[in-house]
Amino acid sequence: MDILTLFIVIPVITMIGIMLVRDTKQVKIISAVGMSLQLINAAILITMFLMQRHAGNTSEILFAKDVVWYQSLNIHYYIGVDGVSVAMIGLTSIVIFAGIFASWEVKDLSKEFFVSLILLSTGVFGFFISLDLFTMFLFYEVAVIPMYLLIGIWGSGPRHYSAMKLTLMLMGGSAFILVGLLGLYFNSNPAGGQLTFDLIKISKVHIPLNVQMFFFPFLFLGFGVLGALFPFHTWSPDGHASAPTAVSMLHAGVLMKLGGYGCYRVAVFLLPDGAHHLGWIFLILTTISVIYGAFGAIWQKDLKYINAYSSVSHCGLVLFAILMFNQTAINGAIIQMISHGIMTALFFALIGMIYGRTHTRFINEMGGLMKVMPFLAVAYVIAGLASLGLPGFSGFVAEMTIFVGAFQHPDVFHRVVTIIACSSIVVTAVYVLRVVGMLLLGKIRNDHFLEIKDAKWHERLSVGVLIFGITAIGLAPLWLSDMINNGLTPIITRLLAAVQ
Amino acid sequence: MLVMRHELLLIAITVILLLIEIFLPAGKKHRIIFPSIFLLGLVTVINFFPIPTGELFGGMYVSTALTVTMKNILNIGTFIIFIQSVSWLKKEENKEKISEFYLLILSTLIGMDYMISSGDFMMFYLGLELATIPIAALAAFERYKEKSAEAGVKLIFTSALSSGILLYGISMIYGTTGSVYFTDVKAAFEATPLQILAFIFFFAGLAFKIAIVPFHLWIADVYEGAPINVTAYLSVISKGAAVFILMIILFTVFSKIAIIWRDVLYVMSIITMTIGNLFAIRQRNIKRFLAFSSIAQAGFILLGMIGQSQLGMTTVVYFILIYIFSNLGAFGVAGIISNVTGKETIDDYDGFYRTNPLLSLTMMLALFSLAGIPPVAGFFGKFFLFAAAAQKGFYILVFIAVLNTIISLYYYLLVIKAMFLNTSDQPIAYFRSDNYTRVGLILCITGIVVIGFASPVYEFILNLSHGIY
Repeated sequence: MDILTLFIVIPVITMIGIMLVRDTKQVKIISAVGMSLQLINAAILITMFLMQRHAGNTSEILFAKDVVWYQSLNIHYYIGVDGVSVAMIGLTSIVIFAGIFASWEVKDLSKEFFVSLILLSTGVFGFFISLDLFTMFLFYEVAVIPMYLLIGIWGSGPRHYSAMKLTLMLMGGSAFILVGLLGLYFNSNPAGGQLTFDLIKISKVHIPLNVQMFFFPFLFLGFGVLGALFPFHTWSPDGHASAPTAVSMLHAGVLMKLGGYGCYRVAVFLLPDGAHHLGWIFLILTTISVIYGAFGAIWQKDLKYINAYSSVSHCGLVLFAILMFNQTAINGAIIQMISHGIMTALFFALIGMIYGRTHTRFINEMGGLMKVMPFLAVAYVIAGLASLGLPGFSGFVAEMTIFVGAFQHPDVFHRVVTIIACSSIVVTAVYVLRVVGMLLLGKIRNDHFLEIKDAKWHERLSVGVLIFGITAIGLAPLWLSDMINNGLTPIITRLLAAVQ
Repeated sequence: MLVMRHELLLIAITVILLLIEIFLPAGKKHRIIFPSIFLLGLVTVINFFPIPTGELFGGMYVSTALTVTMKNILNIGTFIIFIQSVSWLKKEENKEKISEFYLLILSTLIGMDYMISSGDFMMFYLGLELATIPIAALAAFERYKEKSAEAGVKLIFTSALSSGILLYGISMIYGTTGSVYFTDVKAAFEATPLQILAFIFFFAGLAFKIAIVPFHLWIADVYEGAPINVTAYLSVISKGAAVFILMIILFTVFSKIAIIWRDVLYVMSIITMTIGNLFAIRQRNIKRFLAFSSIAQAGFILLGMIGQSQLGMTTVVYFILIYIFSNLGAFGVAGIISNVTGKETIDDYDGFYRTNPLLSLTMMLALFSLAGIPPVAGFFGKFFLFAAAAQKGFYILVFIAVLNTIISLYYYLLVIKAMFLNTSDQPIAYFRSDNYTRVGLILCITGIVVIGFASPVYEFILNLSHGIY
């Protein structure tokens, strides 16, 4: 069995294992072992990938495997990775690993919880390794649907409403995607002959301009819904606020990246002319996302809402950078996805841990937590600083690259949107520092807080892994951006051809 | 004569069962259950063996590789219904009527087989009537219940009306072409206004059977009133057979006016899925709920016929196969709950997962399959249906249809919400379902899970549909 298929096989075996045992403790141990294996597997994959590249293997896709599935429709189980997908797989395995430990305390229906969580991650892994649009779409939906149960059963607040809203909006997005994919399929061979869902093959043909103009909005909007593109971001605050900790982590950390990755890999890569002609509409929308999310976060009092709006802003930046169509900006977009994925997972993990101790998520009811739980508080400060883009953390690398790339466009329109988007950095600093001040510093407002204990071992593990990820990227971004850069060459070539 | 093996075997087991029934003493009627299931299972298996195809009675009866597969699909579905009905038939009030149930279902199945294999309109009409009238008796099976009796009467009246319209259409076709044979009609068809009117009448008559909006009004009351297993039969097998023959006739006899029926189907499919979905949202009774959901599914099925392509034809057959397993899975769970507790509204399902996890999971898989959520088979069926419509450039129609699947997902999730999310002070207590029900549900789940991944199923049907469209 090849290494990529293992990314699907390991979670499936883990799920079967969980279903076979009865005891909650065993369920947790099996999940932890399974996801640790997944993390190790990801590490092996990254090493093997870098070694292959060092050895001079320049082929577009590595570790490819192609099995015919539906012969008449030319649907394949076709998997393979380039630098970008390897990075995304690494992100996913870190976040799901941390997520398992962050949800160590789930008691009610714990078996079902871990099965759904791991099923969700299976969909995400499958999505990132697929190169066949049909299997890609299949995994996309597999990743979305367990959210309904995860939020609906184990969530808090108006969880039934949020779960339904989130599921229906994301499935609405997939409606757009489905039409777009069928459009790609039936235009995948303009010369006549066998049609294909093969992403790489489609990227080699030239699809007529009017077809591209028709289907690009479908694909970009469809994936954009999952990437919290304004005005389709409304599922995100409600969904994140109601979801249990690990689900928020996975959802903001990984699932929203499916949207960005889809926009990049499918919409822009396969329909570059359409992207070139219609990109400006979406550029305006993403700029609004960036600014709106940042200002939205200022007004919130609930920690989860703050972070959900900040995710809208940061994910908006990903789509914004993708639409800049140059190597630097898109490289920044990918780093931003990784960086925001780990950072926001850390945020949600910490919020969950704080909420588990204080039983409130409203910042004006808390204060002085630094004194009672120093470990969690320091971790929160680190996450906050990474979020506002302090050098030394991953957020700085990502945003810097994005804005340098965006500024390369000399025309007025791009300059204006870039400057507007840049200003979000300042707004981010405002809400992050404000929250840190109210939450962690100052007086302790509630005597009950004095009895709070600091993090337990599984929480320290979960938080530690994520902080390691942020700082590793922040201090040594080169290996990551090198790895990504190689993968970007085909898309940049196509985009340049489209511009001319 | 081997060409008619399906029908002959079914007639044979009907006769055998009748004979057994005669010799069963009064209080021991339930002994007919096992032979019925066994014999139908045997016939289903036998019919998978290769069979000569060809024509009989001078072209009145036509059997092709594709119709053989269609009949096999119907056999499988009926077999599952036979198994699922056992727990209901064993109830005190039904004990004396067990053999009637099996015999009536078998005779309708024979009718459907003849209908699918018809080579002229006479044979088609005979098969259709044989497939319809016994169902009215089945709908009124629980005659001591007012609603059941009402369902039977409603069904017989509406079918009579639709048959009348259908016959009127057929008579016009005969009057203008001078023949009732499909091949002759196809050759002589000139698309004169009268012939188009004939087509409309014919289509309306058949639309009654499939329950395409606006010919769907009978369906909710009949589905609600009829016993749940009969409802399952009506919504799956009966509908499937009507879809098969509609597709065959549209693709062959009326292929010259494809440009006309394409528009009809376009509008009909949009209306059908939208109305079916919107009404399904409001239903609280699980049978009415599944009735409207099955109307919506009929709308999706029309999507596959619009393209008039091999892809579409294959997919419709494939979709019906998946639909049988999914819908019977849902009906199976609803049926066992109704039998054990008598509860039939969605609100009664609150907290069901905590007491009966396996049944809830079965229901969830079945509903996901109906909604078209991967990785279960319904996803593949829906995707290929959309592909069939998109192939001919109907992207707007596909988009409307996909949006409709979102609406349908909403109400399917409502049931899942009741079972998994809601809590209740008095949930349905844990109960053990009997072995027959279990076998039936396991068959359904196997179908739901396996068919999507097993691409050979699709390829097999595709190879059969060469050259028919």
